[in-house]
Amino acid sequence: MLLEKLKQRFGDALLAAEVSHGQEVITVSRDDAPAVFHALRTEPEFDFTMLVDLTAVDWIGRSPRFEVVSQLKSLPLNHRLRVKVPVPGEDAWAHSLYGEWKSADWLERECFDMFGIEFRGHPDLRRILLYDAFQGYPLRKDYPYNRRQPLVPEVDPIKTPRPPSR
Amino acid sequence: MALPARWANEVLTSDPTDEVMELQMGPSHPASHGTVKFNLKLDGERIMDCDVEVGYLHRGFEKMCEQGTWTQVFPYTDRLNYASSCINNVGFALTVERLLDVEAPPRCQYARMIMSEVARIADHLTCLGMAAGEVGAQSAMFYTLEARELLYDLIEAVTGARLTVTWCRLGGIAHDLPPDFPARVAVCFKYLDGVLSDCDKLLSRNRVFIDRMCNVGVLPREDAISYGLTGPLLRATGVAYDLRKADPYLFYDRTEFEIPTGEQGDNFDRFSVRFREITQSKRIIEQSLKQIPEGPVSITDHRYVLPPKDRVYNSIEGLMNHFKLIMEGIKVPAGETYFSIEGANGELGFYVVSDGSGRPYRVRVRPPCYLAMGALNKMLTGHMIADIITTFGMINMIGGECDR
Repeated sequence: MLLEKLKQRFGDALLAAEVSHGQEVITVSRDDAPAVFHALRTEPEFDFTMLVDLTAVDWIGRSPRFEVVSQLKSLPLNHRLRVKVPVPGEDAWAHSLYGEWKSADWLERECFDMFGIEFRGHPDLRRILLYDAFQGYPLRKDYPYNRRQPLVPEVDPIKTPRPPSR
Repeated sequence: MALPARWANEVLTSDPTDEVMELQMGPSHPASHGTVKFNLKLDGERIMDCDVEVGYLHRGFEKMCEQGTWTQVFPYTDRLNYASSCINNVGFALTVERLLDVEAPPRCQYARMIMSEVARIADHLTCLGMAAGEVGAQSAMFYTLEARELLYDLIEAVTGARLTVTWCRLGGIAHDLPPDFPARVAVCFKYLDGVLSDCDKLLSRNRVFIDRMCNVGVLPREDAISYGLTGPLLRATGVAYDLRKADPYLFYDRTEFEIPTGEQGDNFDRFSVRFREITQSKRIIEQSLKQIPEGPVSITDHRYVLPPKDRVYNSIEGLMNHFKLIMEGIKVPAGETYFSIEGANGELGFYVVSDGSGRPYRVRVRPPCYLAMGALNKMLTGHMIADIITTFGMINMIGGECDR
């Protein structure tokens, strides 16, 4: 039912639309994503009031390399949707969903921290779980789990000027 | 430590009474549970802005899941919300069982339900006890912690461990409930009733407690939904949303229980919601113990479940089966799924992607208290330093789940 409504409303903007293991999943392109998400949140037949989760999957060897996966939930209508946005590896950015749902704030920060995908429009995109001097993006498949990081030199907290935010 | 972008272009004045003081309530603080740093901007005692810095307990859960087999993920899941590790086990097991397209036998599902509720009570007791202890009601803290000890005895009787249990398996559970489990539960609940009654008398109408908790850390309903809050934090704002009723799993739809809600979304409502949820969890456990059927606690599909030991040692097929499942891992069919259960803090979701080999391709945990921490700045702005303690305590941030 939900799938039919989605296909009817978005038509060609959906690169893929299916039901997988009992859940509706759609794939939209990066350019169409902001309009689609806005419609999903505001239009009464969808009414996705909550962005439950946002993460990425690294399909290294495929092109586009990353897939930003969002889980949406409508509390009034009690239905769920998974939206996937393919993001290329060399030009790894996606539109931020902060304007639609505030939960995107920290979810996108973590996705940036772990995968290096830049979320354009995010008010404060910086690392969250890892420390600032961390080099690399660990959840990418080309980052080995046992890589050592260089030692961070000790700084004088009083004499050192305030570090930049990014 | 990077500071927020919005702090980058500040103009500092030379008048000391105008100055906003920056203070770091550092990761190691005696009153905060778990290592979290609050970069505060203070005007006297009032918080003008608070940048919450998490990640001190980041252990690379999602990366490490990709390195082992599917069954080897279970010990990692224990250590997510370590105050209620049965729930994490159950969540992951249910998610991957959807990919496998199997359903565990009814006795197993009831057992999982019972242990999830036991874990939920233990988690809520910890949260309430710590919150009470921090505002000075130390007796209440000790009473709840002692009740929690009895719950840990229950968990130990079933799983063998008190805290990190690694009890679920794909398609079943490792150990069945012991035969004297109902009797143990009866003893435990008798003591728990006494503790809950005592804590209620100590706290619910206590002037000091109410002044510390009421109207503090308020997050209105629309903000709570926008920030992705679920669980007791959302129910405290008045939204009766509980995944056990909205998207029922296991056999929650066969049990009768209520969803306690609050009104304002302040700390007192959060406290009260968690407190009343303990009673509802007790109801679920008692009903489940009456309904639980006899039977196996694991499926017997040789592709997913280890064969019984006498087959392993006495037949070559059993040996080979065991060997392949251990060394190569369970071959979960390629695909992906997202499934979420009601954790103690809210919607605990797992998004798993399988590529058909015995190792997970991607395991993502949707941590409820991580999103709550994202909303903490909103909850604290305008309040005083002392309110950080109570608000942070009522969010029940568990470092293992927030940072993974």
